[in-house]
Amino acid sequence: MYEILRVEELAPKIKLFEVYAPEIAEKARPGQFIIVIINERGERVPLTITGYDPEKGSITFVFNEVGKTTRQLGLLKEGDSIWNITGPLGNPSEIKNFGKVLCVAGGVMIAPMLLQVKALREAGNTVVTVMGARIKELLFFKEELKALSHRLYVATDDGSEGYKGLDFLKDVLASERFDRCVAMGPVPMLQRVCELTKPYKIPTVVTLMPIMVDGMGMCGVCRVSVGGQMKFGCVDGPEFDGHLVDFDQLIKRQRMFLPEERLSALLWELGGCECDGK
Amino acid sequence: MPKQPPEVRKHNFNEVALGYTEEQALEEASRCLQCPQPQCVKGCPVEIDIPAFIKLLRDGKYEEGIKKIKEKNSLPAICGRVCPQEEQCQKYCVLGKVGDPVSIGRLERFLADWERARGFNIPDKAPPTGKRVAIIGAGPAGLTAAADLAKLGHEVVIFEALHLPGGVLVYGIPEFRLPKSIVQAEVDYIRKLGVELKLGYLIGRTYTIPELLKERGFDAVFIGTGAGLPQFLGVPGENLGGIYSANEFLIRVNLMKAYAFPEYDTPIRIGKHVVVIGGGNVAMDSARSALRLGAEQVCIVYRRSREEMPARKEEIENAEEEGIICKFLAAPTRFIGDEKGWVKQMECIQMELGPPDESGRRRPVPVKGSEFLMDTDTVIIAIGRTPNPIIQRTTEGLAVTKWGTIVADENGKTSLEGVYAGGDIVTGEATVISAMGAGKRAARAIHEYLMSKK
Ligand SMILES: Cc1cc2nc3c(=O)[nH]c(=O)nc-3n(C[C@H](O)[C@H](O)[C@H](O)COP(=O)(O)OP(=O)(O)OC[C@H]3O[C@@H](n4cnc5c(N)ncnc54)[C@H](O)[C@@H]3O)c2cc1C
Ligand SMILES: Cc1cc2nc3c(=O)[nH]c(=O)nc-3n(C[C@H](O)[C@H](O)[C@H](O)COP(=O)(O)OP(=O)(O)OC[C@H]3O[C@@H](n4cnc5c(N)ncnc54)[C@H](O)[C@@H]3O)c2cc1C
Ligand code: SF4
Ligand code: FES
Repeated sequence: MYEILRVEELAPKIKLFEVYAPEIAEKARPGQFIIVIINERGERVPLTITGYDPEKGSITFVFNEVGKTTRQLGLLKEGDSIWNITGPLGNPSEIKNFGKVLCVAGGVMIAPMLLQVKALREAGNTVVTVMGARIKELLFFKEELKALSHRLYVATDDGSEGYKGLDFLKDVLASERFDRCVAMGPVPMLQRVCELTKPYKIPTVVTLMPIMVDGMGMCGVCRVSVGGQMKFGCVDGPEFDGHLVDFDQLIKRQRMFLPEERLSALLWELGGCECDGK
Repeated sequence: MPKQPPEVRKHNFNEVALGYTEEQALEEASRCLQCPQPQCVKGCPVEIDIPAFIKLLRDGKYEEGIKKIKEKNSLPAICGRVCPQEEQCQKYCVLGKVGDPVSIGRLERFLADWERARGFNIPDKAPPTGKRVAIIGAGPAGLTAAADLAKLGHEVVIFEALHLPGGVLVYGIPEFRLPKSIVQAEVDYIRKLGVELKLGYLIGRTYTIPELLKERGFDAVFIGTGAGLPQFLGVPGENLGGIYSANEFLIRVNLMKAYAFPEYDTPIRIGKHVVVIGGGNVAMDSARSALRLGAEQVCIVYRRSREEMPARKEEIENAEEEGIICKFLAAPTRFIGDEKGWVKQMECIQMELGPPDESGRRRPVPVKGSEFLMDTDTVIIAIGRTPNPIIQRTTEGLAVTKWGTIVADENGKTSLEGVYAGGDIVTGEATVISAMGAGKRAARAIHEYLMSKK
């Protein structure tokens, strides 16, 4: 059992949890993730590590309440416990002095980007950050990112704050040179970023979130095509060379269980089965 | 042995084989000749004194009978169900030369079930030695090594990456062949021996082996991480929706209990026309699970002929009784998807058998121009599993073969001091009992190593 030490609502439906997990806190590095199981009937849900404090023995993660499990998770309070957490999983990000790095984060993945930016700064990079969300209410950690980055751009899908969409990046990329680009967020955003950086041959690292079950290389559901080769998102990733990823296939694979997930959420909303312990 | 009738069982996940009644067990036990030089024992990888336990059973001394088995085997209810007895003890039973061998496995199962219904006896343990052993992986190899080392007085901690212990016994073998409550009960018995179980610890990530030895205060390590990496065919279209590795399919169904979705949260999508590729136990388990999940038709596609099928005879028969179709001498060449990226057809090529290959079985050779199409909306690829590479990648100096298995001698000793390994991680995919045998031999070797160390 893993005790929840702190709960913070960062934006509508986006929550941060700090959890007591000393062994994971000691090992975690930027770019890695955990697998959370709420209770004995629960799904194994991968979530990115957004912070760790070995002294306190805690880790933090941020999640979007989308389907049944993350919404159930959102109901938990300080002092409650999570049944099982496995981690840290996946390969840590490569952090070194690349020179000038463009960091692009969208949606809930703004949270792990903060950790990434911090690490890249400490390694001596010049960091230009782009944060994007659907609407301005979802732009959390703005001040924190601003403080850590050399420059911060803000974008929203509806234009309610900052730039409308990512097209402005065209101008940014045309006017300055970057040594590396790091992107985390929804697939359409990753795909767009890769299209934009490709002509400039900027090495672009994307964090992929294929469907996962075990997260340790046993099931193969997380397979993605990278440069025509089959890779496992959980053990070979989660970061890959964005210019080589088959995004269309990834999108299709991410939607594989949509009808089932919807059914599960719907039944749960309706008060569903007594099995949820309510 | 009584079984659920096929028409009934193909709609549920309850155990197929119901086990002997007391009468049946006594009758079967009375057939044993109590050979002075019993051949059956030679066929048992953990050397159970088979005639002795059968005699105790026959005399109604069930408690002594199960004790006799447990001298050698800590997981008898499991072995009684899934051991390939026909290839092991029963193959050598003298009665088999003239008729039916004694059903040793079913007798073992009877005694184990008898004991479990009454509560386990915890055997005496040796006094504490002050030595600590880390076991990696809670499959049959790791559990056996842990039990034996605990009985010898060592402090034992098992690190298991998944959230439930049992290895293939919980994530692979389906409920209808091996109820999970039985695995749970036998694991609880091992816990009662004082073994600590840490679940959700992926060694290589949470800790590495050098860290366990140098920083975490363990005096020795046993690696029993199995062969958990699924193999794919490498043909076009393999990443379409509806194409599962057998591991994914079985993990969803067994470990995550997707057959009870949405009561359990993990979903599985199963179509009308399921194709399973492969011919081993894993293929049989996948096919029979798919049928129980509501598939209209389940077809096993195997590239050789029935004679070469590696699955247990009993399970092939069970599968066929349940209505599973086998298509022999065919291999997939590509998968064709619909506009949503879901598989809708599979192209296969006909095979014929050529001369024997290294495995001694006749090699399948494609027949030119014989491609044909099969409609399918769910494909399960069950063509084998290789060792999970995380430990090998994170343990410097650990000798590994080109197949990714860990190099270890007969007693599990690896190239690193204090590090032992056994089970599928050393042999490649094998059996429950051979993994247990490896766990036992390693436990003995670790004990010697620890006691000789200052
Ligand atoms: C390596 C990795 C790291 C992740 N990190 C985070 C994180 O830090 N914060 C966070 O909120 N989410 C993260 N995710 C996504 C998260 O795991 C899923 O959103 C979660 O499984 C949804 O569970 P659910 O039961 O609430 O929703 P479900 O009912 O499973 O799904 C609801 C909706 O989410 C979509 N979805 C399901 N799984 C994924 C997935 N793997 N990726 C993207 N969309 C998905 C479904 O298509 C559906 O539309 C990560 C995923 C991976 C693989
Ligand atoms: C579907 C299926 C059906 C089968 N049917 C039969 C049968 O009927 N009869 C039979 O005798 N055999 C059968 N087998 C084979 C048998 O199950 C295996 O040979 C046996 O389980 C091997 O035992 P093991 O302990 O070596 O490994 P496993 O049972 O694979 O256990 C290894 C454990 O280690 C864990 N692990 C892996 N890596 C790490 C890590 N880095 N850190 C921590 N933990 C880790 C895994 O999660 C797993 O729990 C079957 C196999 C399958 C897949
Ligand atoms: S070989 Fe057969 S008959 Fe002889 S002791 Fe063993 S089980 Fe009994
Ligand atoms: S999630 Fe199962 S192999 Fe990656």
